[in-house]
Amino acid sequence: MTLILFLAFGAVCVAGAVNLLAQRHPINSALSLIAVMAALAGEYLLLGAEFVAAVQVIVYAGAIMVLFVFVIMLLNAGEEELTKGSRVAILLGVPGVITGGLLTSWVVLRHSGTEAVPAGALPGPPAEIAQLLFHDFLLPFEVTSVLILIAILGAVVLASKPDEAERRFD
Amino acid sequence: MVPLSYYLLLSGILFTCGVVGFLIKRNIITIFMSIELMLNGVNLSFVAFAAHWHALAGQVFVFFVMVVAAAEAAVGLAIIIAVYRTRETLNVDQVNLLKL
Amino acid sequence: MPLPIHIFILVSVIKSLIILIVLLTAVAYTVWLERKVVGHMQNRWGPTRVGPFGLLQPAADGLKFFFKEDLTPPHVYKPLFIAAPMMAVIFALTSISVIPFGNGFTFGPITLPHYFPLIHFELPFHWGGSVIGPYSIPFQITDVNIGLLIILGVTSLGVYGVALAGWSSNNKYSLLGGLRSSAQMVSYEIALGLSLVGILIQSGSFSLREIVDAQGGHFLGFLPRWNIFHGQFIGFFIYLMAAYAETNRIPFDLPEAETELVAGYHTEYSSMKFAMFFMAEYANMITVACLATLLFFGGWHGPLFGPPLLQTVLPIFWFAVKIFCFLFLYIWVRGTLPRFRYDQLMSFGWKFLLPLAIANLVATAIAVAW
Repeated sequence: MTLILFLAFGAVCVAGAVNLLAQRHPINSALSLIAVMAALAGEYLLLGAEFVAAVQVIVYAGAIMVLFVFVIMLLNAGEEELTKGSRVAILLGVPGVITGGLLTSWVVLRHSGTEAVPAGALPGPPAEIAQLLFHDFLLPFEVTSVLILIAILGAVVLASKPDEAERRFD
Repeated sequence: MVPLSYYLLLSGILFTCGVVGFLIKRNIITIFMSIELMLNGVNLSFVAFAAHWHALAGQVFVFFVMVVAAAEAAVGLAIIIAVYRTRETLNVDQVNLLKL
Repeated sequence: MPLPIHIFILVSVIKSLIILIVLLTAVAYTVWLERKVVGHMQNRWGPTRVGPFGLLQPAADGLKFFFKEDLTPPHVYKPLFIAAPMMAVIFALTSISVIPFGNGFTFGPITLPHYFPLIHFELPFHWGGSVIGPYSIPFQITDVNIGLLIILGVTSLGVYGVALAGWSSNNKYSLLGGLRSSAQMVSYEIALGLSLVGILIQSGSFSLREIVDAQGGHFLGFLPRWNIFHGQFIGFFIYLMAAYAETNRIPFDLPEAETELVAGYHTEYSSMKFAMFFMAEYANMITVACLATLLFFGGWHGPLFGPPLLQTVLPIFWFAVKIFCFLFLYIWVRGTLPRFRYDQLMSFGWKFLLPLAIANLVATAIAVAW
């Protein structure tokens, strides 16, 4: 049962990732990426990480991707123009990727242990995660809040129009 | 029951798709989305290992990755808007002059 | 006794159907309530002709939407044009799945009689002569430990319906309306989330049922221990204002204002798709009212009396009364206040509401830590 759910979510992830590469219009790529993130939230639930799954939906699919969609709408991004692709690159590259991918998968599936991860293996209730976050990982937590502050300042300065920036310092 | 290697394989596939997208795409926003895809693949790896070794620190680290991804997306998109204002294009191949 | 899987699925399907039907009827009659109340505030009657007091007006409106021509303009981006209202409705209706309406009831032990000849043999579970129950069935589709986070997540996802509708319509009014609306919704989500963290600190759990259970009892003698009296007074007002902005209602409804932007992001939509946006907006209103009741007003707690059957049904009645009060408040504000200009709206959200929410959070944390 867990295997069926894993394969279902995994199929959506891989299909979304491949669709992101295959689509020419960035809005379609953005929507495929949202589907990938939602399916990944399902995978996290299978592993028992409920809080991480919820935060993935709220932060990644619900805020970061909204920002991407917003910028695509604002800049009115159109379809990508096709440039001249190198035929050698396609002839060598695609079989190369497929061979490398198959080799790596074979090694990973064969030689890593077959210990199964049961569904809900490590329940991650918010209380225990908060315990770790605010006791053992307090310094990284504070540093990331400084990082967010710097990012906010940077984004506001970069995205404002140049003449507005000059007027602000009058 | 799902073996751990299946999760790692899925994470690897997502990461590879992200790398391929980063290399072959020409629209700068799509390149950014490939970066986010790579980060998501890594997140899946973290959570799978956290479940395998019963260490909740793996899930905590996912938060830090998400925070960094959010900060980077915000600043990156601001840069994209600034570049679009001056160069009028979203094609990375055409942003190839240091001076406008 | 935990439910066996076949009974669990059956019960969940029945609960989902009942709650969905009730929710859709509530959405339709919220529209009726709004038209009546706003009408009376403007010194006119509102719908009176269709049925007594205009009560069949929503049915007439529904029929009208069915028969209207569903026009898809040729210049739109078709896949997203059709998908956007569906997304809006799906996310609006999903958040009702974690909302508890009452305590629940016990489906007592029932002994099936022996004369069921058809199903007496060759079934994996023998029904003749066996006992069903007792099962305790809560009045909630699913009680998840992270119920509040699910509602926040679904609210975040609801931005897509609006943004993609505005973009796919390929029309400058829709695009501007969609952009403004998504920027507004994302900005006020932060204040919304932070106002809820105060509740979380006080209740200690993300599960909605546990938050309501923590509000039982009284303090100071007669005041019920609802969160609005018990410390989250400012949090309630922050939540209310942020929720009005999230659901795009007056005074924050510039993105769909009829007088400003033609009709904002749903300019190009007609008939069924427009009805879906309409339903999504009112379903969001009802979800916000449900959340406000559960988090700040004690959910289904109210005076209980009478025989056990009445005591099972009475919490649902109190819940419905409180939701009705909130919907009335929504409609009252709609009939009274003018709308904000967009820059006033954004500066209110970022420069006033967000610092106030953070201050509320810090004050609650200090109060609880003592």
